[in-house]
Amino acid sequence: MSTNGGGPLIAVRHVKKYFPIRKGLLQREVARVHAVDDVSFEVQEGETLGLVGESGCGKSTLGRTIVRLLEPTAGEIVFRGQEIENFGARRLRPLRREMQMVFQDPYASLNPRKRVGTIIGDPLKIHGIGDRASRKAQVEELLETVGLSPEHYNRFPHEFSGGQRQRIGIARALALRPKLIVADEPVSALDVSIQSQMLNLLEDLQNEFHLTYIFVAHDLAVVRHVSDRIAVMYLGKLVELSPAEELYQRPIMPYTEALLSAVPIPDPDLARKRKRIVLEGDVPSPINPPSGCRFHPRCRYATQVCSEIEPPLVDYGAGHLAACHHPLNVDAATLASVQAAPESPAAADAAALPHDSAGESDPVGTGSSS
Amino acid sequence: MSERLLEVKDLGVDFTTEDGVVHAVDGVSFELDRGKVLGIVGESGSGKSVTAMTIMGLTRDINARFRGEVSYQGRNLLEISDTEMQNFRGNEIGMIFQDPMTSLNPVYRIGEQIAEAIRAHEHVDKQNAHKRAVELLRQVGIPNPESRVDDFPHQFSGGMRQRAMIAMALSCNPAILIADEPTTALDVTIQAQIVELISKLKDDFNSAVIMITHDLGVVADIADEIAVMYAGRIVERGPTRELFYDPQHPYTWGLLGSIPRLDRAKQERLHSITGAPPSLIQLPQGCKFRPRCPHAFEKCKEEPALENRVETPGHLDRCWLDVETKRSLRDATISGDQTEAA
Repeated sequence: MSTNGGGPLIAVRHVKKYFPIRKGLLQREVARVHAVDDVSFEVQEGETLGLVGESGCGKSTLGRTIVRLLEPTAGEIVFRGQEIENFGARRLRPLRREMQMVFQDPYASLNPRKRVGTIIGDPLKIHGIGDRASRKAQVEELLETVGLSPEHYNRFPHEFSGGQRQRIGIARALALRPKLIVADEPVSALDVSIQSQMLNLLEDLQNEFHLTYIFVAHDLAVVRHVSDRIAVMYLGKLVELSPAEELYQRPIMPYTEALLSAVPIPDPDLARKRKRIVLEGDVPSPINPPSGCRFHPRCRYATQVCSEIEPPLVDYGAGHLAACHHPLNVDAATLASVQAAPESPAAADAAALPHDSAGESDPVGTGSSS
Repeated sequence: MSERLLEVKDLGVDFTTEDGVVHAVDGVSFELDRGKVLGIVGESGSGKSVTAMTIMGLTRDINARFRGEVSYQGRNLLEISDTEMQNFRGNEIGMIFQDPMTSLNPVYRIGEQIAEAIRAHEHVDKQNAHKRAVELLRQVGIPNPESRVDDFPHQFSGGMRQRAMIAMALSCNPAILIADEPTTALDVTIQAQIVELISKLKDDFNSAVIMITHDLGVVADIADEIAVMYAGRIVERGPTRELFYDPQHPYTWGLLGSIPRLDRAKQERLHSITGAPPSLIQLPQGCKFRPRCPHAFEKCKEEPALENRVETPGHLDRCWLDVETKRSLRDATISGDQTEAA
């Protein structure tokens, strides 16, 4: 097993994933969906990175590209020091043991004709681990680990509730003792009470098996609860990357501000007092994304420059990066010294650093500043 | 001065199935006045959707048995004929469903579907119905309604489809709008837009809204009253502020505690309600929440009635614990180890 001497578990460098749109008799490529467009970040071992954004922002595509269920169009994916972006099926096989995925829909991601024991045991069988008896023992142990009972071994998926099914999905992902789990919206199909059970379970498993998570979700409250760092995506671009708590107290990119302010707060007085920034319209088409900053048509601070020049990802210190011409919650002293980060997309103008702050913002509405 | 639109009295719905009788709804009562928003909150299988669909007459079936009364302007909707119900639906009460992807017909244009709803209830010609459809789409905030009216559902995004559904539900100016998990399938940003839209339309049309959801956060700022349902029953009901700031039922505490809160310091661990909701075929004896309730005691083997036990009238709950005990117990559940935010 290769060690990587304290480097990141996984590094994503300038990864792009475009899907061609083909038309006509010759199936010529007429356009491309820019699902992921030049995204870079690293995830350390034992860390949880939250990946958030609206539907269609490319967060799921990125998650699938990282575990190589999809092949990136360009860029590098480095897993434990190995560049895996060009690996074929055979070379990927051993890596599959180290990275697994938990899917969103617990109804669609389990084969309805297979018994739970087979579903969870298949990864072991495929990788030729143990004999039949030892595999059965392992599956029963896994069932207990995720809070089910060994007696469930011979049941079918339809006999379980949504939350229980998601536990089966988690057990299957755990079977090979992976290092990295990409969880794609693992709780968004569940009721709130079951949601919290699942979040606690994921946390326990992380401690027990020393797992690294990439947690893809659209619910910022959930993401905050599980993540160490959070990456915000918009239309295929990484627009902000920050330590979790920092992002909630000091969002820099106006899109993050809007996302935070849209999260419902179960407190009627606060909810009524809070100023909601309701974003107009929907996410534009990733086939022809807007020029410059992709968020500019929906941004309330947008000016001329936003539609012309793509902003670089700027390092605001302490691991907080954001791509915006009119950053929020930044003081003049910080602004004077900022630099474009190496994670910045190649298409962005590294010299186009922001000059002024758009002001202070407290989108959650709990701070003393309002 | 407020006008009573709907009164549900001791509603019960049973379904006979191969496995036995499903007691989907039992003893549900509430009232709805014009201009008000009632939030119905609960987990899947708590009976919230069956309650709504029964009001709309959508659960009528030979295997369904109803008890109690749903009275709308003095008439019991459980007793009127199917033809009368047909006329009533849409005209008096409109409904929006959870999944905007499946509740529109994919092979008809959006405008045709709205016009069809209008023409089913009123004698208007096709042209005028089409015009009304454009106008409705404008009211629900669809950009360029003149051209978008001829789009097919797949050309609309999730949020726009939900807006189109709302337009359809409003096409005959119903007095009551029932929204069954209108935002669950949508992104948070779109969710905020839709909630705002429903609340604005309620004022524009001077109607009343029943908002069904599993997320207490969604109804916090728009509901006037909230009913929390569990295993087919209302376990707590009261004015919104009361329910959030003085919740009486341990299930309500559990729901409040399960939500990760952006407005509070990050919790080490989320509270979660252990176990799963009971089978509606074989309900537990006594209080239905007893098997999952950490505070259950001897008396809970007998089911408590939905009664007013606190100082505020109109705040009802089904729990045997005395009020003082509850007030001292609940903070541990709702906010974990945190002290209550002032």
